[in-house]
Amino acid sequence: MKTKAFQRIYTRIENITKATCTVLADGVANEEMAYVDSRPAQVVKIAGNRITLQVFPGTQGIATNAEVVFMGKPPTVTVSDAMRGRFFNAYGQPIDGGPAIEGEEREIGGPSVNPVRRKQPSELIATGIAGIDLNNTLVTGQKIPFFADPDQPYNIVMADVALRAKADIIILGGMGMPHDDYLYYKTLFDNAGALDRIISFMNTTDNPPVERLLVPDMCLTTAEYFAVEKNAKVLVLLTDMTLFADALAIVSNRMDQIPSKDSMPGSLYSDLAKIYEKAVQFPDGGSITIIAVTTLSGGDITHAIPDNTGYITEGQLYLRRDTDIGKVIIDPFRSLSRLKQLVIGKKSRKDHPQVMNAGVRLYADAANAKTKLENGFDLSDYDKRALDFAHEYSRELLAIDVNIDVDKMLDTSWALMGKYFSKDEVGIKQEFMDKHWAGK
Amino acid sequence: MSTRGKVTGIVANLVTIEVDGPVGQNEICYIDYLGTKLMAEVIKIGGKNAYVQVFESTRGLFVGCTAEFTGHMLEVTLGPGMLSRNYDGLQNNLNTMDGTFLQRGQYTAALDDTTLWEFKPLAKVNDIVQSADWLGEVTEGWINHKVMVPFTFAGTGTIKSIAPAGTYKVHDTIAVVTDSEGVERKLDMTMKWPVKIEVRTYENKPRPFKIFETGIRCIDAINPMVEGGTGFIPGPFGCGKTVLQHLLAKHAEADLIIVVACGERANEVVEIFTEFPELDDPRTGRKLMERTIIICNTSNMPVAAREASVYTGMTIAEYYRAMGLKILLLADSTSRWAQALREMSNRMEELPGPDAFPMDLPAIISNFYSRAGYVNLRNGTTGSITFIGTVSPAGGNLKEPVTESTKKAARAFYALAQSRADSKRYPAIDPIDSYSKYLEYAEVVEYFDKALEKGWVDKVLKMKDMLLRGKEARDQINILGDDGVPVEYHITFNKAEIIDFIILQQDAFDTIDQSTSLDRQRYMVNKVLDIGATAFAFDNFDEISAYFKKVINLLKQMNYQEYKSETFGSFEKELEKLLSERRKAA
Ligand SMILES: Nc1ncnc2c1ncn2[C@@H]1O[C@H](COP(=O)(O)OP(=O)(O)OP(=O)(O)O)[C@@H](O)[C@H]1O
Ligand SMILES: [Mg+2]
Repeated sequence: MKTKAFQRIYTRIENITKATCTVLADGVANEEMAYVDSRPAQVVKIAGNRITLQVFPGTQGIATNAEVVFMGKPPTVTVSDAMRGRFFNAYGQPIDGGPAIEGEEREIGGPSVNPVRRKQPSELIATGIAGIDLNNTLVTGQKIPFFADPDQPYNIVMADVALRAKADIIILGGMGMPHDDYLYYKTLFDNAGALDRIISFMNTTDNPPVERLLVPDMCLTTAEYFAVEKNAKVLVLLTDMTLFADALAIVSNRMDQIPSKDSMPGSLYSDLAKIYEKAVQFPDGGSITIIAVTTLSGGDITHAIPDNTGYITEGQLYLRRDTDIGKVIIDPFRSLSRLKQLVIGKKSRKDHPQVMNAGVRLYADAANAKTKLENGFDLSDYDKRALDFAHEYSRELLAIDVNIDVDKMLDTSWALMGKYFSKDEVGIKQEFMDKHWAGK
Repeated sequence: MSTRGKVTGIVANLVTIEVDGPVGQNEICYIDYLGTKLMAEVIKIGGKNAYVQVFESTRGLFVGCTAEFTGHMLEVTLGPGMLSRNYDGLQNNLNTMDGTFLQRGQYTAALDDTTLWEFKPLAKVNDIVQSADWLGEVTEGWINHKVMVPFTFAGTGTIKSIAPAGTYKVHDTIAVVTDSEGVERKLDMTMKWPVKIEVRTYENKPRPFKIFETGIRCIDAINPMVEGGTGFIPGPFGCGKTVLQHLLAKHAEADLIIVVACGERANEVVEIFTEFPELDDPRTGRKLMERTIIICNTSNMPVAAREASVYTGMTIAEYYRAMGLKILLLADSTSRWAQALREMSNRMEELPGPDAFPMDLPAIISNFYSRAGYVNLRNGTTGSITFIGTVSPAGGNLKEPVTESTKKAARAFYALAQSRADSKRYPAIDPIDSYSKYLEYAEVVEYFDKALEKGWVDKVLKMKDMLLRGKEARDQINILGDDGVPVEYHITFNKAEIIDFIILQQDAFDTIDQSTSLDRQRYMVNKVLDIGATAFAFDNFDEISAYFKKVINLLKQMNYQEYKSETFGSFEKELEKLLSERRKAA
């Protein structure tokens, strides 16, 4: 320690790293909010009277004699119906020039729902995108991310899904969001006349990264308010959770924690789970559905961030460019909605599960045929038909620009199967074949 | 007077407490946070400092909060009334908690102390008894719940008095036993036991030998589980670990199923809460929930309680095993438990082992698995705990510490393959990488010979062999091209596909196909082996795949029908006709 200057006995800063500082103080509560030199900070470690604070905007320029003011409470958000249509920063303060929100102040990151007070999700969310509705059907109360390389149009697809999903409230949490995408969302929601259903918490690329850590909890505490108090169907969009995790790594690194895989903190799984598990269906009709974006690097889903995410969420939607049709598709192999079986064949036509499986299986046969072709082998007649099927299946159903209802998706599947395959080749239960088979 | 202390440090849920007296490793204490008591466990002691892991959020906690030590380790309360309950990892009854959200410091009783139980004595005055001996029984649901001498009872004792048949509450005295020191001890229907210590009240633990029927073909017919055996299911996310565990919970033949949801999704437990009270247990006609206990510590619930949850489940299983019951214990996922250990070990700044897991992880895992088993009880009856855990390997890579440690501890290995899940070949258990060591047990071979069919295990090995040869043939075809290999290769490959589609693959969502009786499995295995042994006449490879697709389709339709029903028979006839078209004349 070079300087010993201090303003008040309990505000002497002993130690400063890029994201944290340690101050001598008494009577401080764990996770309490504070201001260090007017910058928002939170208590992350207490050792006797040595209090370590995570300084959200970073510690650049902070001096050891800076003033530390403790707030006596954990981070909070003020919730009320007046939040609709408003834009906030990561601390829940308006950034749209409008007035401060008056309402109930709630601690963010509150307790979990008692599992026995949850209801099993059972309501299908129709998005019009067959890669989702047909093969990876979404359900209210679900949590699911898009896995996409940074060059994929994930924010656009997510906005489409959000607008078609018939949610009462949409809460957008932006983490490290490019300013242009922020404006894109703003205009799109405005043009769709949906602004009064939307609440946004924004941390853009020009804001400090550690601030992002507050965004999911801000969104979800607000979501709980609407879902519990107003029985609203709330859809929470979190983009980009990879940047959120990066911020976690920065902080844990500064606290000298032993990193586990890919320099991520050992608690990454629990940290992410705390967020995603806020997705819930309440018995009274309110629900929180979370659709997130996890950007990948070079398609690597074994990296700790997508890997832990996959272990937590209820499936994932995988965007991929299909060069054969020149469009972005929802990849039927790696994508999965784990809650789909709660609704397919129940809230949709009975043949849905079998048609879905048959379609994907035949598409997989085409992928094998393609490998054969690439290795320079002759294709059998079946292989050729599979390839033709796959091409059309991809264009008519998997492409993200498809917008049709679920019955139409099923009919299209039957038509394509009938066009390219014989009865024995599709392997569908007889009762559905009798009813829907459209081929020879 | 019990030891007390004061909080001096906090990092997440690791709290340092300066104590004023003796403390024990793993002792439980309660920290007083403005009147709310937060439960915590001592995990390290250094000088005057006890390092405790708090089973709750530590938000708001401050230096100077007081703590009171209880003098005992983390315990569960055992007695009638646990069946069909939904507990958290610390055995709090979730249903009797207030509110929609879990409130910290809210601890609810494991047993209801007002329920009246119909008690029948089994022991009599002057009987010499020791721990776990049966004093009497009550009917808990459909189980003859034995009221036992507490497991903690040391040495032998003499029954001085025992309650006559009648209705009693759990805390009513049902016997007075004079212990070896001459002290008279009043016993009620409950007891406590520290979860991290194995209950060893049985006579001995022989090698397991009885087949444990699960209804899942790629387990029963390929890599069978035995009663009292151990197995684990590793697999990348989304490959079907949880679905497989739920199928086991629904269809396995056991008296009692204990499902530990350890650090996984709440919606998956809700599925059990919702479906099990409605679903029938086909063997007994009762609802599935009537044979189920759920220990639920989902990923958003406190991490330390997650670690406790597997032990809570195991201890309850051991309690019921001591009554002579057949128990299936499931834990999903044991990796989350290991991660909980890792989080704490990191916070305590211990020297990390591979992937930052604690050094003693292999020992912890193997100790846990060794608590399962088939036991002979001292009264001549038997009981068993079959344990099957899942493992969630980071990045899907099986060369990671939790998978490797578990592989050493568990005897059956059901590896889920991403490639099988991607092509929707469910359950995605890889038939070639997976194994069941029990197939090598002479007593298991013999049991199969008697219970199912003479020479059964040879048939199982034959199928595995065909699968392997099918894979080799496919690799050759992929390298050399369809017409670059003899026609025989295509036939070999397709015969393996039949086993894959008809025996291995099973539709979890079809009411009939989701569970297959052993007898039906025997029938179908013989059927596909017959086809495997058949010589077929083909001129070129092009006809082969089309032909076998038809064969597979008909066999699959059979799988979807009621066993030996009319439609089952008609598909079978059609199949016989199809087979005779191509069968080579002998
Ligand atoms: N036997 C099966 N039949 C049909 N579908 C299945 C089967 N097993 C798994 N699936 C599909 O795969 C999805 C994921 O399965 P599951 O939840 O069991 O994966 P998991 O291995 O437990 O993943 P995680 O590690 O993330 O928990 C299911 O929701 C279902 O769609
Ligand atoms: Mg799972």
